[in-house]
Amino acid sequence: MANKATAFLIGWRIEMKKTKIIENIIHGIFLILGLITVASVLLITIYLVIAGIPAIREIGFFKFLFGKNWASTAAEPVFGILPFILTSVYGTAGAIVLGVPIGFFTAVYLSKIATGKMRETMEAAVSLLAGIPSVVYGLVGMLVLVPGIRKIFHVPDGASLLAAIIILAIMILPSIIKVSITALDAVPKEYEEASLALGATPIETYFRVSVPAAKSGIAAAVVLGVGRAIGEAMAVMMVSGNVPNMPSLFQSVRFLTTAVASEMAYSSGLQQQALFSIALVLFFFIMLINVTLNFFMKKEGKEA
Amino acid sequence: MNIISARNLALWYGDNKALKEVSISIPEKSITAFIGPSGCGKSTFLKTLNRMNDLVLSVRIEGTVEYAGKNIFDPSVDVNELRREVGMVFQKPNPFPMSIYDNIAYGPRTHGITNKARLDEIVEKSLRDAAIWEEVKDRLKKNALGLSGGQQQRLCIARALAVEPKVLLMDEPTSALDPISTSRIEELAEELKEKYTIVMVTHNMQQAVRISDYTAFFLLGELVEFGETEKLFSQPMDKRTEDYITGRFG
Repeated sequence: MANKATAFLIGWRIEMKKTKIIENIIHGIFLILGLITVASVLLITIYLVIAGIPAIREIGFFKFLFGKNWASTAAEPVFGILPFILTSVYGTAGAIVLGVPIGFFTAVYLSKIATGKMRETMEAAVSLLAGIPSVVYGLVGMLVLVPGIRKIFHVPDGASLLAAIIILAIMILPSIIKVSITALDAVPKEYEEASLALGATPIETYFRVSVPAAKSGIAAAVVLGVGRAIGEAMAVMMVSGNVPNMPSLFQSVRFLTTAVASEMAYSSGLQQQALFSIALVLFFFIMLINVTLNFFMKKEGKEA
Repeated sequence: MNIISARNLALWYGDNKALKEVSISIPEKSITAFIGPSGCGKSTFLKTLNRMNDLVLSVRIEGTVEYAGKNIFDPSVDVNELRREVGMVFQKPNPFPMSIYDNIAYGPRTHGITNKARLDEIVEKSLRDAAIWEEVKDRLKKNALGLSGGQQQRLCIARALAVEPKVLLMDEPTSALDPISTSRIEELAEELKEKYTIVMVTHNMQQAVRISDYTAFFLLGELVEFGETEKLFSQPMDKRTEDYITGRFG
């Protein structure tokens, strides 16, 4: 009897040990898989810095960042990327000015007013919009937007900053709408009830209680939209004309992203290194946006 | 004088009949308590009085509720104006996530008061009336969510008072509070009945006995008995009331 019990205990202990070893192995595997992401980020950062610095040194920090001319294949090449930086900034700002009001009001409508089938249908459409590849946006932009701008504004070429802004505004809608809806849905019903019980109308309640309570989440949605817009390459390349002009609404322009994408295939030497430097500048912008986004997300977490 | 009179009020949530032909007249400047076991319809009935039930999609209401001589379900009634006059305090304290001052000023601002001095005056008066002024007067700009549960509930009462209602509906206002906060709210209710009509849903029969002038007993969606609190608890007319108040069920 006692032997049986001892045998059982020993067996049980061995089983436990085995379980523990297996547990540890699985933990290890998960950790390694998780580290792949971290390693990728680290590698990209390090590589971009290493690859991006030499050209900036050679060309000169200020000449590179604030030079107004880009003529990478001229006999006397000039590498000034101010046109790209400003185009990216203006393009993103324009997309935000155009896209945020539309996205914000759509989110309020879907979260607070629309019910049942209406909300379902519209949310499905928003999700679909998010899933459309950017080359398709570009294509539709080329076929519809560019000729449209040419005809409406009587400009020689519709491929312009304006076309890029409109395309970007549409492309950032899904992120703005979805993140804003999540934030607005999370506003406790009690707040809204309290407001209604004080005699406020539903619309007053949404804009004076629900939206302020969700403001961090909505801010995060906007920052996410900024990130999406500044990082977009394909669609804007197809509708913006891709000429390194200083930005102007009806002129062909080139973004940071498209500058890299359009020349990389045939570049060499200093030109190629300069393209890496452009990527580094873009990367810096993205980092800035991420830090901002994290700030708002944390704030949202604290408020909830 | 009765301020609110319901006549044959029936209410359905979908197919479920939650209120069965309730008729009651609530006297003004008094405290009326609604008691009864969970799911008896007392909260549902309370929320009907300022039409907060309108927010439930599947709700259907028959019968009338007269407030100030007018049926509140009449299409000509402005529901926002009704809710301003018939205020509400909820079970869980629900201050807005903004400053104490802005919480109180929310209602008056919504109704068009923008004058700073006038708002200051309303805020102070409301907080004084809700017996919380002394505790918060030095931190009006601080976030209301930093207050204790009991303070939050008195803030919510102050917020309701700021729009100068005639009636205050309270839906188990002390059920989420500790005993000390509870007794402060009870004292407050007794002071407030000088100026306002208070209708309070309570789970706590002792509370009804302590502070209410009239008590209504609800059971399974039916108003079983309504009368002066003292009488209802000492000589209930209905067998079911007697069973409930002597603790035989519920």
